[in-house]
Amino acid sequence: MIVIDKEECDYCGTCVAICPENCIDLLEQEIDIDYDLCTECKLCIYVCPIEVISDVAAAEV
Amino acid sequence: MWQQQKFDIIVVGGGPAGATFAQRTASKGLSVLLLDKKKRIGTPVRCGEAVAAEDFHALHKPQKNWIRTNINTFCLIPPNGDAVTIDLKQTGYILNRSIFDNDLVKFAEQAGATVVTNAYVNAVTIEDDFVTGVKGIWNDEPFSVQSKLVIGADGVEGRIGRFAGIKSQFSLKDLIAGYEITASNVDIDKNTCYFYVSNKVAPGGYVWVFPRSSAEANIGIGISGKKYEEGNSAKVRLDSFSRKNFPGYKEEAVTMGGIILAKPLKKIVTNGLLLIGDAARTVDPVSGGGIIWGMKSAVYAADVSIDLLKNGKEPSEANLLDYQEMWMKNEGKQVKRLYRFKDAIYNLNDDQLNNIARKINKLPAHKKTLFNVFRITFQNKPALLLDIAKQFVGI
Repeated sequence: MIVIDKEECDYCGTCVAICPENCIDLLEQEIDIDYDLCTECKLCIYVCPIEVISDVAAAEV
Repeated sequence: MWQQQKFDIIVVGGGPAGATFAQRTASKGLSVLLLDKKKRIGTPVRCGEAVAAEDFHALHKPQKNWIRTNINTFCLIPPNGDAVTIDLKQTGYILNRSIFDNDLVKFAEQAGATVVTNAYVNAVTIEDDFVTGVKGIWNDEPFSVQSKLVIGADGVEGRIGRFAGIKSQFSLKDLIAGYEITASNVDIDKNTCYFYVSNKVAPGGYVWVFPRSSAEANIGIGISGKKYEEGNSAKVRLDSFSRKNFPGYKEEAVTMGGIILAKPLKKIVTNGLLLIGDAARTVDPVSGGGIIWGMKSAVYAADVSIDLLKNGKEPSEANLLDYQEMWMKNEGKQVKRLYRFKDAIYNLNDDQLNNIARKINKLPAHKKTLFNVFRITFQNKPALLLDIAKQFVGI
């Protein structure tokens, strides 16, 4: 499951730009992933400039 | 109230492209609503702030407080550090984007546009296969507003086009993770833009050092998403670069965002909607610079929109194609050509980069030109040489 660390996030939108499913919603200081659409492709992890997005095992959530 | 009106045009995004478009169309008497998700226009700035002076003048008369410093020298630093310094024929500016963006939106407002900030658009309304307006959230309340034409000027992360069915998926190699600090206590030439190229430092991208003054600079890095390494983010890489190259620097501000190094989008119009600026990929795919081209796309789009709406013509895809064709013919084909260089440039290894720098440094001063940098870089790629010539004579 893809998780964004909202404490550290800068809300820059790079993950929104790369997301193939168009499933990341970014308001000024709010960011949410629509897990019904997310395919865990991890592209958002690769482009985050500060690496605050991670793929955590479902058990840890 | 703006929500109750029906506008001729809704512009989503108040950056340089959106504001330029709004100003031009509003000044012709069209009713224009400019929506921006930011609370305050111009902050945060996600940009290196460099533009070419001549191109800039053709679009806006520069105000004194828009310009931090003038650029007349280009400095390329290869992996081994043997810098190549080139006098630019054309001068450039480092802008104060915060003031610049604010003023452009002010101009749009003065021209008659309605400007609403803190307005987040999360859907377009579609009726009979036509985009007829947008929906979103303003001050925590949902809103819906109608127009004849919607403009997606919503930047690299823009989704307006996608909501309207325009396919604009990035490939990982064409989206760069950008991270930039404003650093004080650095010692640099205030008229030189520095570019560090090295696969170790910035794989699939480069580091830029753009002066704000002789003691302050925008230091930024772009790395390709394709070169992702765990624990080695753009931030980690830039911090280590800055410590090494500017010991004693003080971090004044931080910003970040996606940088587009992509081909132009094939389709940037649909029934009732068109895209401009970063949202339409009007970005130099070698440098990632997009301020000038973004504003140029806004000018083409405004001309076509004014003609259609003033003459009671339908803003259908067929009619808006005039804008798309104008853009492709005048600028987009250059973006396409540059994209061919991009792959070749960013695939050079560190030895090749050092060799190119060494060859340029052997040239007599008057031959140290950007043209020759390109020529030497691609001397083993004849297919690209013609492109280079075309690029520099602008055909």
